[in-house]
Amino acid sequence: MIAHAQSRIRLPSNGAAAARRRRLPFSAWHLLLAPLALLFAAPLIWLTLSSVMTDAEINKFPPTLWPSGVHLDGYRFVLSNAKFPTWFVNSLIVSGTAVVSNLAFGTLGGYAFARMRFIGSRTMLVMMLATLVVPFQLTMIPTFIVMKWLGLIDTLGALIVPALVTPFAVFLMRQFFLSLPRELEEAAWIDGCSTLRVLWQIVLPLSRPALSTVAVLTFLTTWNDLTWPLIAINHDSTYTLQLGMTTFHGQHQTHWSAVMAGNVITVAPVLLAFLGAQKAFIESIAGSGLKG
Amino acid sequence: MSPVPIALTPLSQDARRRRRESTTAWLFISPSVLVILGLSMIPVIWSLLLSFQANDLVTPSRWVGMDNYSALFQDPNFGQAVRNTLIYTVLFVPLSIAFGLALALALNRRVRLVSLYRTLFFVPFVVSATAQGVLFSFMLDPQVGVANSLLHRLGLSPQGFLTDPAQALFVLIAITLWSGSGFCVVVYLAALQDVPQTLLEAARLDGAGRWNLLRHIVFPTVMPVTMFLLVWQTITALQVFDLVYVSTKGGPLGSTTLIVFFIWQQAFRNFTAGYGAAAAYVLAVALLGLGLARRLLARRRSPEGNLR
Repeated sequence: MIAHAQSRIRLPSNGAAAARRRRLPFSAWHLLLAPLALLFAAPLIWLTLSSVMTDAEINKFPPTLWPSGVHLDGYRFVLSNAKFPTWFVNSLIVSGTAVVSNLAFGTLGGYAFARMRFIGSRTMLVMMLATLVVPFQLTMIPTFIVMKWLGLIDTLGALIVPALVTPFAVFLMRQFFLSLPRELEEAAWIDGCSTLRVLWQIVLPLSRPALSTVAVLTFLTTWNDLTWPLIAINHDSTYTLQLGMTTFHGQHQTHWSAVMAGNVITVAPVLLAFLGAQKAFIESIAGSGLKG
Repeated sequence: MSPVPIALTPLSQDARRRRRESTTAWLFISPSVLVILGLSMIPVIWSLLLSFQANDLVTPSRWVGMDNYSALFQDPNFGQAVRNTLIYTVLFVPLSIAFGLALALALNRRVRLVSLYRTLFFVPFVVSATAQGVLFSFMLDPQVGVANSLLHRLGLSPQGFLTDPAQALFVLIAITLWSGSGFCVVVYLAALQDVPQTLLEAARLDGAGRWNLLRHIVFPTVMPVTMFLLVWQTITALQVFDLVYVSTKGGPLGSTTLIVFFIWQQAFRNFTAGYGAAAAYVLAVALLGLGLARRLLARRRSPEGNLR
């Protein structure tokens, strides 16, 4: 799926592209695209600008559109707030664990489904495929009951366990492994390498695009999730950043610069992760779309 | 490899190897099976059972048969939630797809800054719904918000936005169009790579205009992707929760209570989990019906549709 998408979207090589670009005149499309792009960027620009304003500047009506300087009061307030750094760390723990375990279990499961023959493989594959279309709302109440029964409610465990591995990670890895030529592994098989060693030393080094896609998507969904933390966590020392921001937002209505600073800190990690892995990320999305 | 006793025939050797492979494979998939099936397949059935019970998440539940369902269909709040969800879906899905296609067509040419545009349109998609909710309730605040101050400068009257029952749902749709259109753009941009250039050129030589090229070559090529987006965006629209929770909490006057918010309220605020599960099942059956309808439609369009 991914390799497929990559070959489609590959841009012309840099030299050729640069040469073509130089010859391109100013296009009239910019007159349409530039204002639209500005409209799309505006809320995030406003988020950043307002986070470095003073509260006096924000509360003025009509509000000033440009900060008088970079004021970090909002950030200082947020970071010295006893709970906020804890929420950040909680989010990191949950998302970090989810990323690592999705990579590990997604790889193992995907490899088994792609390369091994075993009894029940088809049934299991079909059942996992089916769970992809099960809406979360259908499972959230029983999942809450299961977590309560395990004694995990109000602990980070309740957030980590359901995120340990997603069918998405297993499938993405499986599709990728299917696209790799079998011959690479066969030589190692004949030499008597163990399955794990073949996986670790031959398959994984080739799987960077799929692994980074799984990592970024897992990070994005766990970091951004609010619904499940809202259900599973009651105590504010176990809040994640998203959950914390909802209460923070309510309590500090007038302290808008702090709320916006907190929001910048909440958005920044996924934005950075996305910009870092933009190519792999967009290709994986485009690829899943092409599958129809 | 471990030494194999000579007495074994090649066939049983093979059988042994296959059994070992099977064991390894099951070890490999067991974490996924445990988590995915344990927290997905079983809860699906559990949820169905719950929907026939009265359950407050604390005391043991009691079997009540179809009571939850019959109560649901008489509950004006459920009716309102379904209506809101329908309005939301009917506006969000076609608009985001049309907008995505238009933008993708505009971006599908070699102009300067094209990758910058692509990034700018897509970036809102990675911003969490929580952050969107906080940011937009700040920007759209009737008193201190930047939106009303811009309207003021343009000489227009201030608006209530999320605090106005007549506007709130449409404002929410606008916010999700901001954050969700980029997804359609990216998917369409990939699909547009498949448009056969030779066909375009031939048609152009035959004197086909821009609209005819779009209608007879481009649209048929991106049709499968449009079907995918139709389903995907519908599922997304039916599951909106975080944004509602952060920005309006279903209000004002229930005008933004979407179906998932209703389920959450029933199960985790009113502690009527069975009732919530019944509402979730109504949603799931609606989704299932939608999936089946799409299957049938795709099959009628092309006999090999199910192979895609």
